[in-house]
Amino acid sequence: MADLDALRGKYIYAIQSATDEAGLEEIRLAALGKKGEISLKMRELGQMEPAARQAAGARLNVLKDEIDAALRARKAALADAALEARLAAEWLDVTLPARPRRVGTIHPVSQVMEEVSAIFADMGFAVAEGPQVESDWFNFDALNIPPEHPARQEHDTFFMARAEGDARPPHVLRTHTSPVQIRAMADLGAPIRVIAPGRVYRMDMDQTHTPMFHQVEGLAIGRDISMANLKWVLEEFCRTFFEVTDVELRFRASHFPFTEPSAEVDIRCSWDGGQLKIGQGDSWMEILGSGMVHPKVLAAAGVDPAEWQGFAFGMGIDRLAMLKYGIPDLRAFFESDLRWLRHYGFASLDMPTVHGGLSR
Amino acid sequence: MKFTLSWLKDHLDTEASLDEIAEALTDLGLEVEEVVNPAAKLAPFTIAKVLHAEQHPDADKLRVCRVQTDEGEKQIVCGAPNARAGITVVLCKPGDYVPGIDVTLGVGKIRGVESHGMMASERELELSDEHNGIIELPSGEVGQLFVDWLAENRPDAVDPMIYIKITPNRPDALGVRGVARDLAARGLGRLKPLAVEPVPGGFPCPVSVTIDPALKDKGCPLFAGRLIRGVVNGPSPDWLQQRLTTIGLRPISALVDITNFFTFDLNRPLHVFDAAKVKGSLTIRPACDGESLLALDGKTYSLRAGQMVIADDTGPESLAGIMGGEASGCSAATVDVFLESAYWDPITIAATGRALKINSDARYRFERGVDPAFTLDGLELATQMVLDMCGGEASDVVIDGAVPDTTRAYRLDPARVISLVGMDIPEATQRATLEALGFALAGDMATPPSWRPDVLGEADLVEEVARIASLTQLKGKPLARETMGVPGPILTPMQMREKAARRTLAALGYNECVTYSFIDAANAAMFGGGAEVTRIDNPISSEMTHLRPDLLPGLLQAAARNQARGHADLALFEVGPAFHGGEPGEQHLQAAGLLVGATAPRDPYASRRPVDIYDAKADAEAVLSAIGAPAKVQISRKVAGWWHPGRSGVMALGPKALCVFGEVHPRVLREMGVKGPAVAFTIWPENVPFPKTKVPTRPALHLSDLQAVDRDFAFVVDAGVEALVAVNAAAGADKALIESVRVFDQFTGDKAEVQMGPGKKSIALTVRLQPRERTLTEPEIEAVCAKIIDKVTKATGGALRG
Repeated sequence: MADLDALRGKYIYAIQSATDEAGLEEIRLAALGKKGEISLKMRELGQMEPAARQAAGARLNVLKDEIDAALRARKAALADAALEARLAAEWLDVTLPARPRRVGTIHPVSQVMEEVSAIFADMGFAVAEGPQVESDWFNFDALNIPPEHPARQEHDTFFMARAEGDARPPHVLRTHTSPVQIRAMADLGAPIRVIAPGRVYRMDMDQTHTPMFHQVEGLAIGRDISMANLKWVLEEFCRTFFEVTDVELRFRASHFPFTEPSAEVDIRCSWDGGQLKIGQGDSWMEILGSGMVHPKVLAAAGVDPAEWQGFAFGMGIDRLAMLKYGIPDLRAFFESDLRWLRHYGFASLDMPTVHGGLSR
Repeated sequence: MKFTLSWLKDHLDTEASLDEIAEALTDLGLEVEEVVNPAAKLAPFTIAKVLHAEQHPDADKLRVCRVQTDEGEKQIVCGAPNARAGITVVLCKPGDYVPGIDVTLGVGKIRGVESHGMMASERELELSDEHNGIIELPSGEVGQLFVDWLAENRPDAVDPMIYIKITPNRPDALGVRGVARDLAARGLGRLKPLAVEPVPGGFPCPVSVTIDPALKDKGCPLFAGRLIRGVVNGPSPDWLQQRLTTIGLRPISALVDITNFFTFDLNRPLHVFDAAKVKGSLTIRPACDGESLLALDGKTYSLRAGQMVIADDTGPESLAGIMGGEASGCSAATVDVFLESAYWDPITIAATGRALKINSDARYRFERGVDPAFTLDGLELATQMVLDMCGGEASDVVIDGAVPDTTRAYRLDPARVISLVGMDIPEATQRATLEALGFALAGDMATPPSWRPDVLGEADLVEEVARIASLTQLKGKPLARETMGVPGPILTPMQMREKAARRTLAALGYNECVTYSFIDAANAAMFGGGAEVTRIDNPISSEMTHLRPDLLPGLLQAAARNQARGHADLALFEVGPAFHGGEPGEQHLQAAGLLVGATAPRDPYASRRPVDIYDAKADAEAVLSAIGAPAKVQISRKVAGWWHPGRSGVMALGPKALCVFGEVHPRVLREMGVKGPAVAFTIWPENVPFPKTKVPTRPALHLSDLQAVDRDFAFVVDAGVEALVAVNAAAGADKALIESVRVFDQFTGDKAEVQMGPGKKSIALTVRLQPRERTLTEPEIEAVCAKIIDKVTKATGGALRG
């Protein structure tokens, strides 16, 4: 069997020496091909005695497997080496910038409106809407502000032009979101719980005023809803909105024609180093106006004041945004300065929820 | 409304501190805006005595004093000529802030001599302008606080001024007495009685008064007055001048100061005429067109018919209840004065005041409502004060009209009060509160006092009880949800749609803007608006005269501003209302996006290219898809004038336009100062139909295991043929088999024409065939392809590209 050992030696050496796949294939054909040396030897087995054939066959098979394995191993090694060489050539500068992708933003007013809606939704308030051009009846009369009432003058109202011959009192750009109270009650009746966020307009433009801003109105009417309920609702709102563990509110008697009793609401805060902190400190900051809906307002909306009672409140959305997010200037809200939009805007997927938290 | 603490104490017997009073006022609804307490800045200063004074060794005008202070003997260098041994002085020590010179003192060395503080002049302590020497006190002990000494000896100098904001419903609190009444009702003291002693007339009043019958019912129900003859109209006494000065009024003369005093003290505006300048009798009548009056503010007012005046035989002498006339005003020469006290109708006063644009203290009060029942009492009290200050003799009172009857009563329902306020206020307390405020109670009916015109119903009684009880004490009580369990959704489908549009646009890389709802006339007109009914009658600026018909002008203006700041590439959007009319409800929701400049900054991968309409279309489609619009829509070219006529389109479902997209018209860009390219879209979310029923279940998914077959076709067509024609034709070739048709290439322009002939282009489609039952054979595929070619060539008039 010395010739088998020689065969093994010859082929294993050749396989180890092969430098490419083609060379390996030649070796394979020479050894294991149809006319290869090993194959020919296999064919010779048929002429042997059975006993000798068995022994020789087994040895040949071992040799054949050995050569086959060596071929495969060498092939894999050559492929690995080739890949290594390719990868070494495929170098890229990973410090180059990524492909540019535009990043959009949500305006703070929209974000805060969603925050407010999320909180009040959890307390069972729906979201109502109303027109921004309003009749003076909805904006004033129905809210117990008769034409001669001094409060009408204090509203700095924008009036719409009237066509000649149109004797109706001019429509107004709504000066507050309160007319939505009337519309919502007239549409849905009592009991009712709604908030109404939206644009409002006043003829005022200076350091801290813009002729358009945003308010959110709240309204809850039931059989026995009281001012104490109002305070709780506002406490819950402020605690959740400002994302603090505790808030303290102070109700101060005030006057709004559409509520009675009326209260302005202050929140405890501190202004250490110009930094506003809600819920602690020795200062009070006025944040909203509120009260128990005036019986005349209920009646104007078709709700029987003998049977139903409840509260209403209104607060500035822009102001809430300024307080919560430390935005200094109201006017910048409406200037669409890209730098401002990027800095104070919110990511598209920053959707405020009560269960996931309002802000990141 | 301003007053001082001592003034308040004229009406209120109280031991309460300034802080307690201020806190109570705010809580009562009389919000304190400001408290100026002169004592605060004087708090550190003490009284000292100069023991010895000698010439400074190195300065002629300085003296070196040894001063006895509460901290022992100190050496102080002083330049005052009156610094001498034996005088009692006010000492400012090192560390004290001296308000009049705005300096915090230290230990100083003056020409080589140490000085431990200073002795102050009146001006240095802001007590007066006196600066001829240091203060010499006639009394006082060493170490005594100077403010305590002032409180005892010169109380006016440390009288705190309180400034409160009065809500329009509280005219009664426009007089100090009304404020005192609220505080007394709160329990902060006792309201002092106000005694009115009628002053008997010594002679008939020579000036008669008549109210024109046209005004008696409404404009002027009551007019009273009397002559006081032989007065001396000099300066008013110090106490009165001091009070007026503290609240910001300029003392003028005793007679004028008295009327101002009554305005603020008792909310009883009065007027004084110099009787020598009144010709004949006084009539309260409507003005006639063309009449005018030089008023006390030095301005001449042209009057319109119906405005109320007080006239003598020569014409108007006073704008009734608003402002007196210059001609009949009182001066130092006045000897006979006619003192007027009238009740004017608030609505008439407000209308006239508004028309004439006069804001006077009298108008402010009469239009909110003064106490009609106090008209004659006010006259009597003022007469007495005139006699006291100016001497003279009073005539009988002349009156026309009568006190209008404002009597009314409302039911006090103590249980309802508790239910509304949510505080347990005992019935007895409720009744006591109302009585303290001047209400008359009979059984459960409460009659408001004549000075509370704002009380017009049961709800007002609740408010009075609640605010006196103190809303600060209110404790929150949970408001239970109306139903148990998980709350249902609260946003309407349209509100969800608005939110989806907004969030999608931000996700697509647009920055949300909130722009004004009003724009200027030219831009309104350029974008299809500007109609008269959308004009604002009293715009705040010429840039904001019309309701916006569209959101694009606002975004384009924002783009121009940002470009001016160096931001050339922009993606801006807004979701908000646009207005198609001037009636309530003539507004609709739009979602508009604007792309300006390039798609990306320069980078190594050549990402940057100018934005084009297919960017806008892609984003518009993404938004439409997010808000539930169907994938298949019709596209037309019927666009408005602010779009590029060849490069814009409208996506519609039948008559309802869902969206318009395209290039903004170059003329519009030029007008608005925007550097292009600029592409945009406007979506009308309300035009996207809602599904008829809302079912969360999706339609079943049918997947085929059979191999899909893709075949590509290129057609040569006229350059004006729209790709959608070819796509629709191909899709119609075999609706069962053809799953999708997509344009994957187009070849246009000069090179294309060279190859395919003038006016030609090529469109390349890829068609996917999805067999459902069995694998397609080659002849079957060929048959479908032939049909596609046939349909497309017929529809487009083109040919398969060879």
